[in-house]
Amino acid sequence: MRTTPGGSKRTRPTLIAVGFLAIGVSLAAQGGVTFDRILHADKEPQNWLSYSGTPLNQRYSGLAQITPANVKNLQLQWIWQARSLEKFETTALAVNGVLYTVQAPNDVVALDAETGRPYWTFAYSPAADARTCCGRVNRGLAILGDTLYMGTIDAHLLAIDAKSGELLWNTTVAKSSERYSITMSPLIVKDKVIIGTAGGDGPIRGQIAAFDAKTGKELWRFFTIPGTGEPGNETWSGNSWMTGGAGVWNAGAYDPETNLTFFGTGNPAPDWDGRGRVGDNLYSDSVVAIDADTGKLKWHYQFTPHDELDYDSTQVPVLADIQFRGRPRKAMLWANRNGLMYVLDRTTGEFLLGRPYVKVNWMDGFDAKGRPQRVEGKVPTKEGTLIQPHVHGATNWAPPSFSPRTGWFYVAHWENSATVVTEGLSPRPAGANPRQTTMGQVNLQTFFNNEDEAYGVVRAYDPQTLERKWEYRMSDITWGGVLTTASDLVFSGGKEGYFFALDAKSGSLLWKAALGGQVNSGPMSYSVNGRQYVTVAAGSSLFAFALPGETR
Amino acid sequence: MQNAEVRMQKAYVVSGFSRTVAIAVVVSAFCILHSELRPVVYAQHETAFDVEEGGRAFRNTCANCHGPDGNEIAGIDLGRGQFRRPMTDADLIAIIRKGIPNTPMPATNMTEEQAARIVAYLRSTAASKRTASVSGDAVRGKSLYEGKGNCTSCHRVNGVGSRLGPDLSRIGQLRRAGELETSLVDPGAEVQPTNRFYRVVTKSGATITGRLLNHDTFTVQMMDSKEELRTFRKDDLKEHGFAPTPMPSYKSTFSQQELADVVSYLVSLKGTTRS
Repeated sequence: MRTTPGGSKRTRPTLIAVGFLAIGVSLAAQGGVTFDRILHADKEPQNWLSYSGTPLNQRYSGLAQITPANVKNLQLQWIWQARSLEKFETTALAVNGVLYTVQAPNDVVALDAETGRPYWTFAYSPAADARTCCGRVNRGLAILGDTLYMGTIDAHLLAIDAKSGELLWNTTVAKSSERYSITMSPLIVKDKVIIGTAGGDGPIRGQIAAFDAKTGKELWRFFTIPGTGEPGNETWSGNSWMTGGAGVWNAGAYDPETNLTFFGTGNPAPDWDGRGRVGDNLYSDSVVAIDADTGKLKWHYQFTPHDELDYDSTQVPVLADIQFRGRPRKAMLWANRNGLMYVLDRTTGEFLLGRPYVKVNWMDGFDAKGRPQRVEGKVPTKEGTLIQPHVHGATNWAPPSFSPRTGWFYVAHWENSATVVTEGLSPRPAGANPRQTTMGQVNLQTFFNNEDEAYGVVRAYDPQTLERKWEYRMSDITWGGVLTTASDLVFSGGKEGYFFALDAKSGSLLWKAALGGQVNSGPMSYSVNGRQYVTVAAGSSLFAFALPGETR
Repeated sequence: MQNAEVRMQKAYVVSGFSRTVAIAVVVSAFCILHSELRPVVYAQHETAFDVEEGGRAFRNTCANCHGPDGNEIAGIDLGRGQFRRPMTDADLIAIIRKGIPNTPMPATNMTEEQAARIVAYLRSTAASKRTASVSGDAVRGKSLYEGKGNCTSCHRVNGVGSRLGPDLSRIGQLRRAGELETSLVDPGAEVQPTNRFYRVVTKSGATITGRLLNHDTFTVQMMDSKEELRTFRKDDLKEHGFAPTPMPSYKSTFSQQELADVVSYLVSLKGTTRS
């Protein structure tokens, strides 16, 4: 049509009777979020342009107005309450003073970042047959240009105009009637929107697909379980590959130097019984490196071969350029649900280092290629086997952080967790307390764990050695993520409903706020008009904090 | 349904205490008058919000099969209250929620309250203006929309055009032909609350106009004429208030035939949703 990008060409101006308005034809191109801006989002720390800040997923904010010295003065600026009884797992995006978040399951909301007042709500009703394993949740949006992208719990991918909240297109990624769903934030690479399908606790076959950002047309699709004749298919006995799970349900990463995208994959299905799927079950519980243009697999690393303990590897891949054993390495840092922490070379997939970061009893070392060595008998048995860590993990999906200033990896997880796995049955808690490692909930709950039962921590790890630098200990476990900032602050929260700030160098508690609901999200930071804000979702609400400003 | 009816009435009684006495009296009187005719009339105390929400839900859920006017299935004209057999509000609510077995009418996951709002909307349309008789050409209408009418300078269709006015990509699902014609010839006659125009003058003297998206005691949210989402604190403003719609009347710009053509084009816009 006759629009002039970037201008306001009006062919017949006399037809507009009202003179006081200078209405321009779309000026969108000027203010849109280009892929270049997303890649280099660290250069505009006032904004938060993707799930964990940049495609490297470091969840590090370059803002430094809030410091260890003044953080104790943080004040609540506003709360936005969702009309939802679901967990609030979304990390908001911040674009030039506008926040975009999701009201679970799949309503998109645009808020003024200074006041929390809504500009618009895009309401979406998922199909009635949509099923999710662990809550009708959404972890976040992506933006490119002036368009927001959201995966839905009925496994659609939607494009929504970021200015007006109007639906632009709606594509089916997979069928919700076949138990596929989407809960993760999409990954933008150049002109593509890349997203994966959840549902791997049921009989699905996990997928990652790329769509044209403009039209929603599918460009490629990668199956996380190889089909007949493809390498890796032989790691599944019989036809188990067809319904072997390996869902993808957390944010991916992108490395522009190699044009590779990285996604963690979920457990093989059925979760706790591997008797019908003999073999390593590739590429379940793995990280897959996929060429962004072609969708072809470049490399993979499997964290937990032939998993019978529900150790999804759907943690957020964290990419960092670090000095490792005396030379620079393009690394990938990974704190896995299976209790092991890893440093991988993200260009080749080479295993550089791995070690337990919590009590682990199912493996006792790695071979030269980084394959874990199983401890005999630590599998589901008729009488039940005690396994550490718990099936919910040492950590689960909550996004960790890497600070390029300290060079440390910050992870919220839990210690001393264990479970008993019995052949053919769902795992049960170890010991008398069935509530050691319960799932995240919306509201606060009473809590009874003793010292020997699972507890939550935020820890700093040195990627050189994967040794712990410090620990901040909570009573209850945590499903909250971690943010670091350029002033060496660490923000996190947990099931107890506290949102807190720690010293990134020492782990000392510097500030806390009781939010009255469980923190099930990763914090993020942005600034508007020179004022830094830190947000986190807790309960069913989004909270924004800042230092005291002028009284309005 | 019985339980549900009781629940609805209880809900009313409870909330009635917190409402104004006047409303309670009016509604109670209405209940008494109509209790013989319709066993339970959910829509009897609907608010404008209920009707608007019901209309939105109708357009999102029902209009795909029933059409924007509710008359695209033979023997059924929802907008005129014509069904294949007599229907009470309770019957309609049950059908909206549970569907009709062995027919294409599916069950939904709506609550009773949501279904009741759709019924409220349908009842309200029975009394409203009917579809205009239009015999236009949508292809010619599209040319007029883009050319002589210069509609893209304010409106957007499938991602093309300005966002300042209402997005028209799905307008054929949302509005009837008669309503669209009215908007073209007498745009000020009925402006949807979500499309109202607003004007602020800052203390530094800048005047900003745009579509009002939200406002409260302290702040105003607008999409300004550059299509930016803006928030203003009222303390920072010298003036602020509603402004007349910038939509011109096309009464003298378009001939009757041209108007019919543009309306035809607008009616043909059903959105880009696909699956």
